[in-house]
Amino acid sequence: MIETRTEKKQAFQAYLDEFEAFAKRAPGADTPWMKQLRQEAFARFWELGFPTLRDEDWRFTSLAPLSARTFRLASGVKGYHALTGNGTAPVAIDLATIHRLTPAGVGARVVFVNGRYAPELSKVDHSDVGRGTVPSPHKPPQASSEAQKVVVMSLAEAIAAGHPLVQQHLAKHEDYRSDAFTALNTAFVEDGAFIHVKRGAVVEAPIYVLYVSVGNAEALMAHPRNLIVAEEQSQATVVEDYVSLPVGQQDGSDTPPHTRLEAGATLFFSNVVTEVVAGQDALLSHYMIEREDESAINVSTLHLQQARNANVDSHSVLIGGGLVRNNVHPVLTGEGADCLINGLFVANGRQHMDNYMKVEHAAPHCNSRQFYNGILDGQSRGVFHGRIIVHKDAQKTDAKQTNRNLLLSDGAQIDTKPQLEIYADDVKCTHGATIGQMDEEALFYMRSRGIAEQEARRLMLFAFASECLDRMKPGPVRSWLEESVGGWLPGGTQAAATE
Amino acid sequence: MSTPILEIRNLHAAVEGHEILKGIDLVVRPGEIHGIMGPNGSGKSTLAQVLARREAFEVTQGEIIFDGKNLLELKPEEVAAEGLFMAFQYPVEVPGINNAYFIRSAVNALRKYRGEDEMDAMDFLPAFKEKMKALDVDERFLNRAVNEGFSGGEKKRNEILQMAMLEPKLAILDETDSGLDIDALKVVAQGVNAMRSPERSFVVVTHYQRLLNYIVPDYVHVLAGGRIVRSGGKELALELEEKGYGWVEEEAAQMAR
Repeated sequence: MIETRTEKKQAFQAYLDEFEAFAKRAPGADTPWMKQLRQEAFARFWELGFPTLRDEDWRFTSLAPLSARTFRLASGVKGYHALTGNGTAPVAIDLATIHRLTPAGVGARVVFVNGRYAPELSKVDHSDVGRGTVPSPHKPPQASSEAQKVVVMSLAEAIAAGHPLVQQHLAKHEDYRSDAFTALNTAFVEDGAFIHVKRGAVVEAPIYVLYVSVGNAEALMAHPRNLIVAEEQSQATVVEDYVSLPVGQQDGSDTPPHTRLEAGATLFFSNVVTEVVAGQDALLSHYMIEREDESAINVSTLHLQQARNANVDSHSVLIGGGLVRNNVHPVLTGEGADCLINGLFVANGRQHMDNYMKVEHAAPHCNSRQFYNGILDGQSRGVFHGRIIVHKDAQKTDAKQTNRNLLLSDGAQIDTKPQLEIYADDVKCTHGATIGQMDEEALFYMRSRGIAEQEARRLMLFAFASECLDRMKPGPVRSWLEESVGGWLPGGTQAAATE
Repeated sequence: MSTPILEIRNLHAAVEGHEILKGIDLVVRPGEIHGIMGPNGSGKSTLAQVLARREAFEVTQGEIIFDGKNLLELKPEEVAAEGLFMAFQYPVEVPGINNAYFIRSAVNALRKYRGEDEMDAMDFLPAFKEKMKALDVDERFLNRAVNEGFSGGEKKRNEILQMAMLEPKLAILDETDSGLDIDALKVVAQGVNAMRSPERSFVVVTHYQRLLNYIVPDYVHVLAGGRIVRSGGKELALELEEKGYGWVEEEAAQMAR
């Protein structure tokens, strides 16, 4: 299917209209560097256009559902209170809903609804955490904020207040010039989480960043932008969680994903960019949880910029979304940096989940380990593209990649592709991929011991998914996932409830 | 005489259209140990697999009554719950499922089937550890994935451990001795002998007589060409050991004519 120039123009005109309106009201609209950044990024998006199947990095993922539609910027539509379809009876997302979604044991919580910070649903008054006062040359910092180990706040506020770290790091790591989605996100930079973990700080409780997308009569888009700066020797855990609450269901009843999509349902497009800057010897765990409904398009790009000996874990758990593209891009720039890229994707129905890893070794003696497990049922389609780039000077690189897939139906499909680009001569790079069905021998073995067939299947799927959870550090997020994952798997209690 | 726990009548079974069992009759009563011997390819393992209800084996004729029920109408998990256990010739690895959790799930599946309360980990572990000790199974196997990375002998001992926990009415040991050294063989045999009781029966399938030195059978049957060609007492095993299987195969060939 070849897109005509006119169609492209029309679709892009809508982005231009949105952009022009947005640029006037955006946070930092009057700040020259912000203004210039947005203008340049939009121009770049305009030039690049959305990738097509002819693009090597997008060979297995059609963006037709995206390029065929126009989206309104969700934050430009009046507050979510009015998003009930007819605009009359406001429906609020209450705290009880947020509590139900939040994993037990997390610390600070920042909630965004349709891309906008919702302070009334957030909680940042944790003892270690402050919605930091922005350091200002005109005002001496308050003693209390000095004592705080970590600042968690809305990026919009940080931009508006002219936080120096924002200018130092925003859009400085993930290159918007080479990627349409990053360009689009950067053009529409508005809000997201800004997390600053101070030098030497150990933040025990995970910082929870929740993005709620609420459907509307028209297709909406949001471009969440997160900036996480973990200074030297600091330790923290950050969870990004994407959830849909369809119109009329803001009560947050535990309707599982995979079950909400009906014909003509509204569409929500999230295009996320998260830049993580990990300083020397910093220890950071990042979790990406995608559990939106099937009407969601979620494209996320996680950039991990790692200094010397920085140790970063990236864990992705994808169970929701209709069209999901999960980009993980670690750049190991300091000697001895270590990166674990761990993921689980579970697709059913017509879900499409594309995982694109680009691991860049740019310094000697760095380790990276990629482990992705996919479970595909129904007519779903999965992609794992694991790219490892070892730059010229990155001697003694140790890079490992493993992708294991379980196909539960004849209609499910997986494309897995390793891609190694090695410019150094003393490196160790290994990769391996497997695609298989449920092991019938093991099933019979379990049944012969009295375990019913359905239960045996459930146990085996759980074991396969657990390989991913077992790589997470023990703590509240892992415990929550261990409790939840059973219900997210095909044949799990939640899926069974809909039959 | 007491009611048989297992009654096989004129059993014919095929794999992929190939008839392997050609009319087996066998009666096992509570408390009895039956040895089934025979050359390779005689159908010994097929018989064991049919009893465990493996789907690949199609029963074309005959019937199997287990504890008063038509076994051929039961699913594998139901057969297990009714009290039939098969120790696999080649125990299967189940990656990612911890051995203790697996065996407890099995124990609880059986208890649930019988309408009994499930065992929690606190009740289960002491009993389990005691049996592990008796069977000389290292405690580190508690938390290892089922059979994964186990040696051949460890896998076989793990089968006997499962049997000890599941307390079946009838246990089929399918060439449990194959690949075992003499020490492991003795441990396995001790495990089986410790479970002997007037209510529990065993069918020991083996190629060699050696195992039957340690698990002394009440009856020995010789299987050849898909039929039982000779039945007798434990001395039949010794005769086979001495004379080999050649004469048995000849007899089978004559019967087939």
